[in-house]
Amino acid sequence: MTRVAPGVLKYASLIIAAVVVLLPLSVVLFASFKTSGEYSTTGPLAPPSNWFNLENFSIAFRQGGMVEGFVNTTIVLVVSLVGTILIGTMAAYAIDRFAFRGRRLIMGLFLVATLIPSVTSQVATFQIISGLGLFNTKAALVLLFLGTDIIAIYIFMQFMAGIPVSLDEAAMIDGANRWTIYWRVILPLLKPAIATVVIIKGIAIYNEFYLPFLYLPSEGMISTSLFNFKGPFGAQWEVIAAGTILVILPTLVAFLFLQRWIYKGLTAGAVK
Amino acid sequence: MSVSTTGPDPVGISGPLHGVAVLDEGGRRGADGGPGGRRGPGRSPRRAGRQGRRDGPAGRRVLSRLTPYLFVAAAVGLLLLLTYLPAANMLWYSITDWNGLGPVENVVGLDNYVEVFTNPRILSVFGVSLYYFVGAFIQMALALYFATLLSFSTRFSNFFRGVIFFPYLINGVAIGFVFLYLFQPGGTLDTVLGWFGMTDPPQWLGDADIANYSLAGTSVWRYTGLNFVLFLGAIQSIPNDLYEAAELDGANRWQQFTNIIFPGIRRIIGLSFILAVSGSLSVFEIPFIMTGGANGTATFVIQTLQTAFSYRQVGLASAMAVVLLGIVLVVTWIQRKLFPDEKVDLT
Repeated sequence: MTRVAPGVLKYASLIIAAVVVLLPLSVVLFASFKTSGEYSTTGPLAPPSNWFNLENFSIAFRQGGMVEGFVNTTIVLVVSLVGTILIGTMAAYAIDRFAFRGRRLIMGLFLVATLIPSVTSQVATFQIISGLGLFNTKAALVLLFLGTDIIAIYIFMQFMAGIPVSLDEAAMIDGANRWTIYWRVILPLLKPAIATVVIIKGIAIYNEFYLPFLYLPSEGMISTSLFNFKGPFGAQWEVIAAGTILVILPTLVAFLFLQRWIYKGLTAGAVK
Repeated sequence: MSVSTTGPDPVGISGPLHGVAVLDEGGRRGADGGPGGRRGPGRSPRRAGRQGRRDGPAGRRVLSRLTPYLFVAAAVGLLLLLTYLPAANMLWYSITDWNGLGPVENVVGLDNYVEVFTNPRILSVFGVSLYYFVGAFIQMALALYFATLLSFSTRFSNFFRGVIFFPYLINGVAIGFVFLYLFQPGGTLDTVLGWFGMTDPPQWLGDADIANYSLAGTSVWRYTGLNFVLFLGAIQSIPNDLYEAAELDGANRWQQFTNIIFPGIRRIIGLSFILAVSGSLSVFEIPFIMTGGANGTATFVIQTLQTAFSYRQVGLASAMAVVLLGIVLVVTWIQRKLFPDEKVDLT
């Protein structure tokens, strides 16, 4: 007899949660398909009369500079990810496999660095980036994404510790040097860690708002292109809605395909 | 972010089993993502080092001594350039009245710090943090509730998991717009509340008394998913036979929750709590995108960055950043004291 009530409560709460999450997103989706006349006459919860009205999307895409945003984000994303993987795995390899002077100090430096929220040091970081002459270039963003990624190095170090040293030794007996071991043995074995880092960092870079806003004012990234909609499209909510949907869409697709790995990556990355 | 790679070196488990055991542990850890197992680098580096020294002529010996440094050079270089150098500069700027242009002119000692702690405009931002701090508790409670619910058999559990988690992945600017749209006068929220008979809704973002609640609510919507996934992972790493034993003993769900689940994930709850403290101090994106800090919604970080880049008071802004950093370090230190990095033992 007490079985039924908890069951009802349980599903009721889950359904409420789903509505709370999906409702704000659905109304934006609705708005994105409405013509401006329709938008001003219908309520926000009324579905659009024509689900194939793609005009807002094309306005957002063309006038909102979203093409540029997607291209720039892709470039920065790919370069930063490749760089992070190479730099991070190399550091993890050295720290885990070599005994060298300063090893503990370096580990301590990485440890303390996790405590510094990067948004607090932007005031001073900005002076360094502009001192290097990188202000307003994509290189500034790449450099910042590479340099602030301590979590990735930790994930690599964790996985590194799980790769048996006997593999290195076997390769060494076969005459491989350190670089060959890293490139041919270690890097392929770190694939799961690399997948984790690509996912966590990929999400972070795609969603990053402040760094492009501050360091790359003249070109749009996904976030800043969308943010700029506030000006010219201030009153045209149907166009802003279309832009918002365009930005969310790739995330949704990636999520649907990579669900399991995303969960795993976050549980491995967020707590370490 | 606690780090679990710095444990004391285990005293050697020798023989070929060494590697196998470690791999097994690593694999399991990766799969369940539970509270971090740890393993010091142990014997491996020393052994590898000896191996390195064995190979031949002097030139190669120098090279092999340099090898580890070559491997870490890029990472350490970037770390120093983009983390430690800015931190050191920040300390230096914080005792000057520099405007960010040209050379630093005057050293003003602790004046900036006095300003931070006496200027009501700056101090008021701590009040704003309280909204997010309370929000973080609601967020953790919701996440814990749904994580517990969805770790037992539930219909469509994958769907519900996905739905609860997904907001965390959405771009901050997109979330800002979604909620600006939701909170519009006569918009979605007002319409829905109208169904329930609320005819005179407040100005969700325009009214200074309400705006921070709206923003903190948006923040809860955005971040509950992350806590949810972390809790879910931790709950699932609790061995199943504990529940079976509890069920045999006649424990109900609530008893199972208080006696098994809660103690089992205490560490991650503690960690989330501390992250909530430092997180609510460093809130930035949602209020910046949605209100630009208007109507008394400016947070510490918004205030700091405006001071630096709009008012060009880099010295004062640096002092603010140093204070924030100090608070975060203290909070983290407390976390380390209260929740030392160790495995949770249920037995």
